Amino acid sequence: MRELLIGNHALARGAWEAGVRVAAAYPGTPSTEIIEALARYPEVYAEWAPNEKVALEVAIGAAIGGARSLAAMKHVGVNVAADPLMTLAYTGVNAGLVLVSADDPGLFSSQNEQDNRFYARMAQIPCLEPADSQEVKDMVMQAFNLSEEFDTPVILRLTTRIAHSYSLVELGDRQEVPLKSYVKQPAKYVMLPAFGKARHVVVEERRLKLAAYAETAPFNRVEWADRRVGIITSGIAYQYVKEALPGVSVLKLGLTYPLPEKLISDFVKAVKTCYVVEELEPFLEDQIRAWGLGVVGKELVPRVDELSSAIVARTVGSQVAAVAPELVAPDLTAVALPGMRTPGGQRAGEGSVPDARETTTAAPAELPGRPPLMCPGCPHRGVFYVLKKLRLVVAGDIGCYTLGATPPLQAMDSCICMGASLGVAMGLEKARGADFARRVVGVIGDSTFLHSGMTGLLDMVYNGGTGTLIILDNSTTAMTGHQDHPGTGYTASHQPAPKVDLEQIARALGVHRVQVVDSYNLETLERAIQEETAAREPSVIIARRPCALLKKEKEAVYAVSPDNCLSCRYCLDLGCPAISFSDGHGVIDPVLCNGCGLCTQVCPGEAIRKAGEEDE
Amino acid sequence: MSNDVLNVLLVGVGGQGTILAGRVLSRAAISLGGEVKVSDIHGMAQRGGSVVTQVRFGPRVYAPVIAPGTADFLVAFEKLEACRWLPYLKAGGCLIVNDQEMPPLPVLTGAATYPADLVAVMGKLVQNLVVLDALDLARRAGNVKTVNMVLMGALARRLSISREAWEEALAASVPERFLEVNKKAFNLGWEQ
Repeated sequence: MRELLIGNHALARGAWEAGVRVAAAYPGTPSTEIIEALARYPEVYAEWAPNEKVALEVAIGAAIGGARSLAAMKHVGVNVAADPLMTLAYTGVNAGLVLVSADDPGLFSSQNEQDNRFYARMAQIPCLEPADSQEVKDMVMQAFNLSEEFDTPVILRLTTRIAHSYSLVELGDRQEVPLKSYVKQPAKYVMLPAFGKARHVVVEERRLKLAAYAETAPFNRVEWADRRVGIITSGIAYQYVKEALPGVSVLKLGLTYPLPEKLISDFVKAVKTCYVVEELEPFLEDQIRAWGLGVVGKELVPRVDELSSAIVARTVGSQVAAVAPELVAPDLTAVALPGMRTPGGQRAGEGSVPDARETTTAAPAELPGRPPLMCPGCPHRGVFYVLKKLRLVVAGDIGCYTLGATPPLQAMDSCICMGASLGVAMGLEKARGADFARRVVGVIGDSTFLHSGMTGLLDMVYNGGTGTLIILDNSTTAMTGHQDHPGTGYTASHQPAPKVDLEQIARALGVHRVQVVDSYNLETLERAIQEETAAREPSVIIARRPCALLKKEKEAVYAVSPDNCLSCRYCLDLGCPAISFSDGHGVIDPVLCNGCGLCTQVCPGEAIRKAGEEDE
Repeated sequence: MSNDVLNVLLVGVGGQGTILAGRVLSRAAISLGGEVKVSDIHGMAQRGGSVVTQVRFGPRVYAPVIAPGTADFLVAFEKLEACRWLPYLKAGGCLIVNDQEMPPLPVLTGAATYPADLVAVMGKLVQNLVVLDALDLARRAGNVKTVNMVLMGALARRLSISREAWEEALAASVPERFLEVNKKAFNLGWEQ
């Protein structure tokens, strides 16, 4: 039975077939669908944890307790989980534990494109890199065996093109893996300094065993072809190499940490010229060079952005073509349509800026960009409209509302990582004084606040900050596709759950000034923000409205009465996709309008009414 | 990229249903017996941004993404996006374009203008051009949201996948209560 699956669903299927019992995650593109899929299997306990650190800790507890477990997160999520990860590498596991790191080369939905293979090297644990959905499924199953055989956590590293690309997968049955017995072993699981010291020796012994195993591991294979050119590659880059350079010899590495020295060295010596083609950092290349082997890599292949068949053809391919043109795919050397230029893919906040490497010739006309934007009726829109109006300095955070940084709202000054808005607001105040703090706000989402905002708020209270935090409570984890969290009242498997009270959390952390306002009411929003920023003590404003995409019923839409329109264009300042301007007056698209009514509040005339309520 | 792989690029605006169209096409393509690979855009980029679904099928497919200048078909749900992604179409490839304008935010706010005569511009560059008013056909089918299936119908007529395979793919991808209206839209597209 073959099914077309994205990598994430193949991963969930593979984990299920491998007998996984416990899985935990915090949503993050491109990893989110793994837990969503696992939550649908009755044999698996799958949870949304408040953050990635907790998710990994739950998986650790389950593995020590004898159940095969999995934690899934995006690349920056592993930063949050790095603390338990580094010591988990010392303790090892009981039942198998797989950590999925979904990296995002090309930053489709992330704040950086860090290469998480380095985590495997830092922790001295195996790293597997599949190259399509079938391999994802096969590798996750083998990862559990590897984890138990070598008593180690295993990192399974996906990238966006693996996690979110469909390919055909052969489905199998679930293998029931019995719960392993739990044995108390303090010297293994209690990392006191003395025990840790002894475990570090074990880590080193394990690394050597794994390196020996890597020489014959099923994940690594040589595909011999023309021996004038050899290419060492891994993950999605393998597919680009096969496509751009169909005639060359390839060493495909599926286990990219630790690396098999003899296998690689034999391959390099067997070919005339050897290239290393990998996305992002020279992770393989640096280790291969350290063995004194001569390879060509990042001097040709970009370290920035994702790769593609075209880039491989243009970089390594052009060198190969000089020696053996028959080894390069002919249609990739062809030029795109004359007189046109290619878009640089879609990057958040970018317009039609062409990717220099993809550009062939100039376009006939500069095409207007189509950046992502807040949806019609988005409850964040009004908050950023007010923040812009009040000209405040805004310490931002990670979520849909990061789009508040883009035109026409442009009301965000920083966005570092999840949970950073509070610390940054506090730091701004400590650098520039309490008077400056009267013009600063931090903004954070509900899911984000629970993820890692609470400690920042505690810091502000404890250390005498006087800042203002706006919690944009849209009652969901919106950007990743509406996952539940501790504040929604439901679990990952849609069971009712206790609903945490954000207002009470703020008060419990020591904040005396807490206001709850309606995100759709600009007047009360503005008044609350002015009051709280003026107060010389920590304040929290909870701006509450469910995400517009959660609405089941369509609200009555609004329309502009051309006779009453003053042509002032104030309504355009909202950046609402439903509002445009033509024939000298504003126009509201009834298909797009979500009936939030913000435009009626910014219109200085009486031009915008509910459709069908125009004056006679 | 060997010539026996067929590359189809579906481009449009977040929310237009390109992903569902890609699902139907890829499911139908499985019937040909070879490999199928699809790449979608998820996450923040979907929020009203320029979106693309890439579908590749053939005896052996490596990358899930299509290189510039190698798409056999470019199916554009919106004119500006057609123009934006046109360089991906190979010489002699077929462009199927929905004659619809969706002004992006920079145009709505007056920071940019929507280029005029895009169809004429593209007509000069592309020999094999199919222009249709998919929005109107979707309306005639009974639901404006079936623009994606109108375009799939127009594409289907130009591919070698059987009608049965398309119908099975539709049934597998679309909720039961919307199946009829989607079939109708698909057939209207086919007739264009």
